[in-house]
Amino acid sequence: MKRNHVVVTGRGDGPVVVLAHGFGCDQNMWRLVVPALAEDFKVVLFDHVGAGRSDLGAWSEERYASLDGYADDVLQLLRALDPGPVVFVGHSVSSMVGVLAAVREPDLFTGLVLLTPSPRYVDDEATGYRGGFSAEDIDELLESLDSNYLGWSGAMAPVIMGNPERPELGEELTNSFCRTDPAIARAFAHTTFRSDNRADLAKVGVPTLVAQCSDDAIAPPEVGAFVHARIPGSKLVTLPATGHCPQLSAPDATAEAIIDFVRALR
Amino acid sequence: MVRAGGGDEPEGRGTAPEGDDAARFSAMLEDSAVDLYENAPCGYLSTLMDGQIAKVNTTLLSWLGYRREELVGRRRFTDLLTVGGRLYHETHFAPLLSMQGEIGGIALELKAADGTRMPVLVTSTVKTSDDGQPLLIRTTLFDARDRRAYETELLRARQEAEEARREADRARRTAEEAHRAVEAERQRLQRLATTLQRTLLPPSLTAPAGLEVAAHYHIASADEVGGDFYDLFPLAHGSWGLFLGDVCGKGAAAAAVTSLARYTLRAAAVYDPDPVAVLANLNTVLTHEYEGTDPRFCTVLFGVLTPDRGTAGFELALAAGGHPPAILLRADGSARHLPTPGGQLIGVIPDPHIATTTVRLDPGDTVLLYTDGLTEAHTTPLGRTGGDGRYGDAALLDFTAALAPTTAPAAIAALQGLLDTLGSGVDDDTALLALSVPHPVSEPKQ
Repeated sequence: MKRNHVVVTGRGDGPVVVLAHGFGCDQNMWRLVVPALAEDFKVVLFDHVGAGRSDLGAWSEERYASLDGYADDVLQLLRALDPGPVVFVGHSVSSMVGVLAAVREPDLFTGLVLLTPSPRYVDDEATGYRGGFSAEDIDELLESLDSNYLGWSGAMAPVIMGNPERPELGEELTNSFCRTDPAIARAFAHTTFRSDNRADLAKVGVPTLVAQCSDDAIAPPEVGAFVHARIPGSKLVTLPATGHCPQLSAPDATAEAIIDFVRALR
Repeated sequence: MVRAGGGDEPEGRGTAPEGDDAARFSAMLEDSAVDLYENAPCGYLSTLMDGQIAKVNTTLLSWLGYRREELVGRRRFTDLLTVGGRLYHETHFAPLLSMQGEIGGIALELKAADGTRMPVLVTSTVKTSDDGQPLLIRTTLFDARDRRAYETELLRARQEAEEARREADRARRTAEEAHRAVEAERQRLQRLATTLQRTLLPPSLTAPAGLEVAAHYHIASADEVGGDFYDLFPLAHGSWGLFLGDVCGKGAAAAAVTSLARYTLRAAAVYDPDPVAVLANLNTVLTHEYEGTDPRFCTVLFGVLTPDRGTAGFELALAAGGHPPAILLRADGSARHLPTPGGQLIGVIPDPHIATTTVRLDPGDTVLLYTDGLTEAHTTPLGRTGGDGRYGDAALLDFTAALAPTTAPAAIAALQGLLDTLGSGVDDDTALLALSVPHPVSEPKQ
């Protein structure tokens, strides 16, 4: 629980909805949709190991070199919480974490919401699959992470070092929502953008909602359509949102899509 | 006329400038806000919340090489970024801006119309309406070419340092593995040496009737097989053969000679038990077997024990080939060497001189045979020495004299204690063999 900085909120007797953030930030990503979801649902938030307020000491390059490590964490978390079967909402790369977890232990899930999912970001010439990126593009992203490292480390130092006599540093620090150890961010980027979970989609046996954005540079509509086509019986909705984070750019529509899906399951 | 330095006077402070100064200042005040925006020393960009470019200044257009109408209403901010920068924007920049309302100092690269790239530092704020609704995003972009070059250098240096550290770690791990392998090999060899050593010594000694015997073998180094040997075995007509010797050198080659010497002595003693004949036979075998480039030789004491019928005593006939003399500890408490002077090394020359001596052992007498590992042991400056830093023959005689009268087991136990005391000073293997004639049970001990 501590490892993943688990936060439980909302209606105690409602259906359980687990919100998993993607690559980049932490559970704060959900803050604009949590109020709407919390009215009827028990909402479980957590940070992936290496992100936000998770236990950085629990991070290891080996364990988190594949999405299976993250899926392991989700299953462990669900077993520890034991809330009964849940609806798992995974954003971005966490949508594939949800797919892996639900394939391994379908009984723990009543449904999956895949928010802006992509089973593979890099194009695959062999099969004609278009993920939207080349291997060089991913290298450029890693470069961007590296070049922003210097800026971060300066800003992050007080947080990392701990500074009890100046608590305001911890509260008001710029970028505090996305504080990440640069080495961990780099490894997570590798894991995320080099993953290929296309073959896992067909194994999903729980009701699934694919929610994509109308205009998303990271997970373009044809990728959403691919995911929808591969997961048997899945539903596809396109949110009127720009960018890769509809829970921020179109929180109402995002919350509504999740609420509709969960209600229809009952 | 302009008043030079007028601004320094107190009454000048805070008041409107006059004359030419005033004109210049006024001209500055009237610097067009539009011109300031358009030709500012940084790029300005205003976008709608979805990133659509609504307004862009001339500075940024000139950096990018685009015309205004190519961007406004047509392109998004992210379209101006490299693909990697776009990914970073989507996963970090946009979420942070959305959550915080502002974000600053982010390093990104612009992609100009001609494909060239330009590093910039980007700061954005969200402008909101009076009721807090986000309206648009204002972004400033600063030329960061110099700074990025510097940072790239820093980053490269850091990566090099990390690589050097990893390299050092790898080297350390390799060295540790090699050390472990060497250690494992050493232990394997030690086991081998110990096993081999055991095969060169009798597992236990059987005492002839009417005698007590004790022996000890001190291993100086577990890494190598030593060349010392001894044995005690029955011959015909109630007599017994015994020997104790020392092959020169250590290790496998010495062990082979030890083994050869041991079974040759036993076989020769059966063939002709005369001690001189036994050592002569051994000499023949060694000189024959090891001639030329790898001569092997040994020092050895060979003896035959014959019970003196009618008494409890024994006669001991000894032959020596270059070996330290045995020590005789009498029942009356006296101690002396059993000199076998002039005996030559066995295995060096074809016909060596072999020295002999004969002694009678009566109840209460003890005879001790030893190899020079004990007398050649290094001693501490405070210890008793033979004058050359070695324990020495005289010291050993004194030590054993203090034991007399004694028994074989008691003498060996005392000498084991002595070896322990000398500790690491004993740098060669040491073999000890003692025989004593016990007092008859019916006869009270003197």
